Amino acid sequence: MKDEKRNGTGRLKSLWLLFITMLKIGLFTFGGGYAMIHLLENEFVSKKKWIEEDEFMDLVAIAESTPGPIAINCSTYIGYKKEKILGAVLATLGMCIPSFIIIFFISLFFNQFLSIGWVASAFKGIQVCVVFLILSAGVKMLKKMKKKPFNLIVMSATFLCMVAFSVFAVSFSSIFYILISGFVGLLIYLIGYFKSKKSPEKKEDEQ
Amino acid sequence: MIYLKLFLTFLKIGAVSFGGGYGMISLIREDCLGYGWLTEEELLNFIAVAESTPGPIAVNMATFVGSSQGGFWGAMLATLGVVLPSFIIILLVASLLTKLLKYAGVKAVLGGIKPAIVGMILATALTMFLSVILNIRAVQSAVSFDWKGLVIFGVLLMVALAYFKWKKKAFSPILLIVISGVLGVLMYGI
Repeated sequence: MKDEKRNGTGRLKSLWLLFITMLKIGLFTFGGGYAMIHLLENEFVSKKKWIEEDEFMDLVAIAESTPGPIAINCSTYIGYKKEKILGAVLATLGMCIPSFIIIFFISLFFNQFLSIGWVASAFKGIQVCVVFLILSAGVKMLKKMKKKPFNLIVMSATFLCMVAFSVFAVSFSSIFYILISGFVGLLIYLIGYFKSKKSPEKKEDEQ
Repeated sequence: MIYLKLFLTFLKIGAVSFGGGYGMISLIREDCLGYGWLTEEELLNFIAVAESTPGPIAVNMATFVGSSQGGFWGAMLATLGVVLPSFIIILLVASLLTKLLKYAGVKAVLGGIKPAIVGMILATALTMFLSVILNIRAVQSAVSFDWKGLVIFGVLLMVALAYFKWKKKAFSPILLIVISGVLGVLMYGI
């Protein structure tokens, strides 16, 4: 507490800086999380030196492997590391506010905008583009994925089930794919773990 | 109670979606179409706007869907819902569970989830392709083939591939949206 009081103005300044920097990144980055990682690195590692390069790498790994928007995960983490809970709150708010304001205003006028003839036609073309963008995001992730038999089986099984269920209009929440595949991943790991425990020589061989 | 429903739906999406904005789209699509909040076309319009405005795609989507269903407070609650799980989980990871991701068991669970996400995104893209371009919503429905949509898709594919071969990097998604908008005006508007 004493420390905080002594560095009161310093702390306020760094909280403000956190908020403003996140606001700036939220306002000027297009394309979501992955595009933001580069900017965050530039601001917090290269310029401000708040975070070491190594820790930033860990942070990206954490942001990718925890649920939720990657940009939010990154900003909460950086905010917490710098200024604990208050920092986390301000960093996350800073990241969300520009999005919220811009989209909220667009949403007020969007339907009127769409009722203009040529705009509606343009959006018919754009709808096709969005399908293309989602497909290319999927293909990009597929290329990055390690082509182990396990990964390929889980990927194809999820793909086939989801397409089949949607074509035959069976309702099956996507959450189950995530839960089941996580459980299968754990199960296979545990089976391997107990097998290697039973035959310790084999484990040493593997290492 | 639409506010509660929006909040809980996006809370759920924020808590279980991995892989960023695009990883979320299959979940958002399911709920928005399932509750009758949006049609497939409206959803695609929203995604286009979310992609071509600044900020995290997931936050943009939540704000947009929330606002369309419940005005300002709908937007507020949907956005809060999608952010809250991230916020809490990251606080836990950063403060208490700093080694969480180093445990083999956690790695194994994530290792199972990651390929499933890839499958989900690809499946969502395919079903959207079937429904928007080929107009196949379910087996029963008649197929009414939209050749213009297919032509636009082909042009985008060629542009993106040619650019990738030439510059070795991905073509800007916003430029692709602009190109497809122009093609849309030319093909559907005239």
